[in-house]
Amino acid sequence: MAYGADTPPGVYGLMAEFETPTALVEAAKKTYAAGYRKIDTFSPYPIEEAWEAIGHHDRRMSLVVLGGGLAGLLTGVGLQEWVHQLAYPINVAGKPLNSWPQFVPVAFELTILFAALAAVIGMVVLNGLPMPYHPVFNVPRFEHASRDRFFLLVEAVDPQFDRRATLDFLKELNAAEVNEVEP
Amino acid sequence: MIDPKPASYRPAPLIEPGHTFGTITDKISAVVLSGRQPLSWIIVVSIGFMLVGMLGMAVTYLLVKGTGIWGINIPVGWGFAIINFVWWIGIGHAGTLISAILLLLKQGWRTSINRFAEGMTIFAVMCAGLFPLIHTGRPWLAAYWLFPYPNSMSIWPQFRSPLIWDVFAVSTYFTVSLLFWYVGLIPDMATLRDKARSVWVKRAYGFLALGWRGSARHWQRYEHIYLLLAGLSTPLVLSVHTVVSFDFAIGIVPGWHATIFPPYFVAGAIYAGFAMVLTLAIPLRKIYGLEDFITIRHLENMGKVTLLTGMIVGYGYMSEAFFGFYSANKYEGFMILNRMFGPYWFIYWILIFCNIITPQWLWIRRVRTSPLGLFLVAMVVNVGMWLERFVIVVTSLHRDFLPSSWGMYYPTIWDWMTFVGTIGMFLMLFFLFVRLLPMISIFEMRTMAPEARLQKGESH
Repeated sequence: MAYGADTPPGVYGLMAEFETPTALVEAAKKTYAAGYRKIDTFSPYPIEEAWEAIGHHDRRMSLVVLGGGLAGLLTGVGLQEWVHQLAYPINVAGKPLNSWPQFVPVAFELTILFAALAAVIGMVVLNGLPMPYHPVFNVPRFEHASRDRFFLLVEAVDPQFDRRATLDFLKELNAAEVNEVEP
Repeated sequence: MIDPKPASYRPAPLIEPGHTFGTITDKISAVVLSGRQPLSWIIVVSIGFMLVGMLGMAVTYLLVKGTGIWGINIPVGWGFAIINFVWWIGIGHAGTLISAILLLLKQGWRTSINRFAEGMTIFAVMCAGLFPLIHTGRPWLAAYWLFPYPNSMSIWPQFRSPLIWDVFAVSTYFTVSLLFWYVGLIPDMATLRDKARSVWVKRAYGFLALGWRGSARHWQRYEHIYLLLAGLSTPLVLSVHTVVSFDFAIGIVPGWHATIFPPYFVAGAIYAGFAMVLTLAIPLRKIYGLEDFITIRHLENMGKVTLLTGMIVGYGYMSEAFFGFYSANKYEGFMILNRMFGPYWFIYWILIFCNIITPQWLWIRRVRTSPLGLFLVAMVVNVGMWLERFVIVVTSLHRDFLPSSWGMYYPTIWDWMTFVGTIGMFLMLFFLFVRLLPMISIFEMRTMAPEARLQKGESH
């Protein structure tokens, strides 16, 4: 980290505020093009272009959900086969002990249940939630991020981060305001 | 097409012009944060609360005395409990249909109505779940009858039984609906956290928001799983009422043993569900002044879905009657004649009036675009769908193969108290939800605002 002489110790990053989603996406693209990588945008609703602009696309969620679904399927099939063939075999209307078509509904429901649980738990965990405290909340204007304003954050851990140079860079991006983020 | 965009006529907008991110946020969150509720809210919650008290009485007496206090007996062992169960679970289908299937079909108009339709689903499934549980008479024993866990008797549930499929289908449906609802609420909780001025309100919503801060990295994963959840819920919602119909169709009772049952039940569920969404949406938009967000276009589209599914249900009735005779099975043929002209004939014909004749009004655009007209049709459909389940359950059972075992079914005061009690429970839960959580998805409504469209030009 290359701090300027007057850098207060331990600044978390710099945050620029924008009034429109278009300005945010433009700024994010330019920041990424300028070589910054530890950047993030904050918006009151999902903007596909914004995560594309900062070069983020996490495809792991598909695998997590697939894994959950397969686990549910195996649980459903395994449970029913084990109960009806090994643990508690009963003859019902002369049907074979492995009357698998009748095991389809429960196996299906468990597949969906496990996949859905994996999806939600996976999203929360990979997003690092729950996280009641985060430095970005120290910016007073940040409460508008859940309302009508758009924010771009450059973290101080970015190798290119320089308090003065980055500040000047962000100001040139038509930001309404640029604030320091206290850790 | 539910929502066509022909050049010839211009449908009402999905959101009234002039709204920005800020006004959308303020208008929807004000219902929760202003702390003042209209008089009608207080009246409905009070009535609901009293009816819940009555439900408590009826259930307590049931647990003390047993199911003998109900009108059920042999041959009709499935009375109100199963009728109400199927009715409520059917109502619960519209929420997931709106939030999942219409999302996958890219029907933008779902955005204003998905949140409270999902809430409606959850409360309806809660009411539904109560009935099979208390119908066992001894619900505390139901644990080992229904759930596979290693118990001290070393016995296991019978997975070949549709009643066990039902347990898994309904509990999965409830869990997944709740997850879907909660995931949708996370960003809105963050909005309420940031807008609330009281410390405790801030903490409560902040706790539920999990520290959501609207990061693009979070949004990407969020949108990804939201789509996956919609994809998972779509087969799920179709499977739930299919499994409910298996409770009947797997049996050999005339009038139940029919292959038309799964699709006909699913269509009936969507039909009943949309009627209930209309029943709730029309007063709500009036009471809270949300006509800007739930516009006539939404009501009209829901009217169209109601009409379509009503026609499928009508087809189901016709094919039931046709197969009754075409099967050349005298028990099936008798069952249809008994439904139409037997002791419960008037219920069958009121049902035909409610479910087949009344929705035909929706062909007329003036009815579809009139809140009052739609509300009246929806109320009639709500009644009609309840009668449909009465006809299926009671008229099939009360006169089966052996005339010596025929009998009649009459509900008792306890049946009625339990049923009306669950309506009160539903109303109370729903209106508490309206008070405590945003009834329209705020973050999804922001995407509908004109300013959300990115200006093309410099980029790309």
